[in-house]
Amino acid sequence: MKILVPVKRVVDYNVQVRVRADQQGVETTGVKMSMNPFDEIAVEEAVRLKEKGVATEIVVLSIGPAQAQDTLRTALAMGADRAVLITAEPNPEPLAVAKLIKAVAEKEGPSIIILGKQAIDDDMNATSQSLAALLDWPQGTFASKVEVKGEEVEVTREIDGGLETVALKLPAIISTDLRLNEPRYAALPNIMKARKKPLETLTPADLSVDVTPRLETLKVAEPAKRQGGKKVGSVAELVEKLKTEARVI
Amino acid sequence: MTALVFIEHENGAIRQPSRSAIAALAKLGDVHVLLAGTDLSAAATAAASIAGVAKVLTAEDAVLADNLAEPLAALLTALAGDYSHVAAAATAAGKNALPRAAALLDAQVISDIVGVEGADTFIRPIYAGNALATVKSKDPVRVLTVRAAAFPPAEPTGGSASTEAAPAAALDAAKAAAAKSRHVSYEIHKSERPELSAARVVVSGGRGMAASENFKLLEPIADKLGAAIGASRAAVDSGFVPNDRQVGQTGTIVAPELYIAIGISGAIQHLAGMKDSKVIVAINKDEEAPIFQVADYGLVADLFKAVPELDAELAKA
Ligand SMILES: Cc1cc2nc3c(=O)[nH]c(=O)nc-3n(C[C@H](O)[C@H](O)[C@H](O)COP(=O)(O)OP(=O)(O)OC[C@H]3O[C@@H](n4cnc5c(N)ncnc54)[C@H](O)[C@@H]3O)c2cc1C
Ligand SMILES: Nc1ncnc2c1ncn2[C@@H]1O[C@H](COP(=O)(O)O)[C@@H](O)[C@H]1O
Repeated sequence: MKILVPVKRVVDYNVQVRVRADQQGVETTGVKMSMNPFDEIAVEEAVRLKEKGVATEIVVLSIGPAQAQDTLRTALAMGADRAVLITAEPNPEPLAVAKLIKAVAEKEGPSIIILGKQAIDDDMNATSQSLAALLDWPQGTFASKVEVKGEEVEVTREIDGGLETVALKLPAIISTDLRLNEPRYAALPNIMKARKKPLETLTPADLSVDVTPRLETLKVAEPAKRQGGKKVGSVAELVEKLKTEARVI
Repeated sequence: MTALVFIEHENGAIRQPSRSAIAALAKLGDVHVLLAGTDLSAAATAAASIAGVAKVLTAEDAVLADNLAEPLAALLTALAGDYSHVAAAATAAGKNALPRAAALLDAQVISDIVGVEGADTFIRPIYAGNALATVKSKDPVRVLTVRAAAFPPAEPTGGSASTEAAPAAALDAAKAAAAKSRHVSYEIHKSERPELSAARVVVSGGRGMAASENFKLLEPIADKLGAAIGASRAAVDSGFVPNDRQVGQTGTIVAPELYIAIGISGAIQHLAGMKDSKVIVAINKDEEAPIFQVADYGLVADLFKAVPELDAELAKA
């Protein structure tokens, strides 16, 4: 069974982003970039399925600037076998990304595609569901447990109020939540080996996908700053202030 | 201009996040709501009396009982032709089904909106809420999810909408789409407390709570304040509390009147889920903890001393 894992290069989760002065986006020059954390979890899950003998090959895919190669090399070092880079700048929207992933999936024929639930830059939480729609495959989003059982995959999902388990006929789409696993760090020898693994480069035009955005960004602004920082000296003072000053209790 | 809002029901009542979604779309024009599942009559009555609702559509079938994305998205897509907007609250069910419906309609979903600027223009947070993007959609049908914490819910009473069954063709589309997925089971964490996303007060614990048993310390305080109990990711990952307690960028977004963060450092991802609360209190033993920068009232103290004191002080009131 083949598994396809789309991975996105994003601003590292530790970076406090700044809105650009021209209000057209956020500052990305000189900012540390990493693999989207949910996608690390997706790669890890695929590698575990291969280690268990369920999967035979893992293909990773990234859409973005040429530097997304680094992200793909990281995924290869974690245990993926092959990589596909689709160069596109600026990064296409989730619907267009889903169309590109679909085109690759039609060539590769994976049984499972594992994505992150959310890219921590656009916070869209949309690509896996859109891809599932376009392929007419079932979807198991926000997964905290994945079990392949014959022709089906059982996915335990994080929902409001608890957990839900669904059974999906393969081929299927899965999106990862934080509790699915803890991704490994790539060991140095694996990083060296990853340099020699195959990486194919394509463009949206090669796949005949139109990536014209549907959303026009009119403005990117900074949210209102909170006036925090006040301290109280004791619990009694805190309760007093909540009653008489803030009037919330 | 008429919007279709998918709303969620529980024990015959309409969930509060759904009422916030109705309020958001009511800014633009008429709102029709869609109820899906089985035994809908009580929920339909409740939906019809929500202020601002003009029509209630019911889609009654067992394949829709568990909000599976495949039939639900097919249903929404079949109904979308009559509407300028298709929307739902950004709950687990809304986030699961709406982007799927959007793609079936060849539209780019606009996730988690916090502002409505016009029929095609919306504000949504990006980068964990460190920036707010104003986006204009070029799609003929706008498919949206709504951040409930950003819109006061529509009043549960005052409306008098008509109710009708969704067209048979739309139900057939839902049934046809249900062949590849099946609901197996739920593990719902029962709680007598208010729902996290709708509570007036939220008391959250972090890694500083140190153990699952210690979350019991928060219960008498939550009882006295009528609060929901939340948590940081670290507290959830450590197994102190279940996953659905997580407040943050990738958990539940809350904006209560009062948020009390106990033993939480205040990482960007946590702040993203609570910094729009009206009043924020932080209790942390590290005076440098970033949570204090957003707190209206910070108390530098060991929580194991301060929390029992807080309970005693509240008991005096
Ligand atoms: C992709 C991604 C998504 C994420 N999403 C979320 C999310 O949605 N929500 C979320 O919360 N996090 C999220 N995180 C995690 C986030 O980055 C932080 O790791 C997490 O919020 C830290 O939790 P914490 O504050 O409880 O733990 P810590 O950062 O370890 O802080 C514990 C705090 O407790 C204090 N403390 C310890 N003992 C005591 C005591 N006895 N008395 C008083 N204070 C004490 C310490 O001083 C410290 O400040 C995400 C991370 C990633 C990478
Ligand atoms: N440019 C991209 N390249 C590869 N994968 C992507 C890209 N954008 C989104 N994805 C995948 O889709 C998931 C959800 O992203 P989003 O819908 O943008 O929140 C990510 O976690 C990735 O797995």
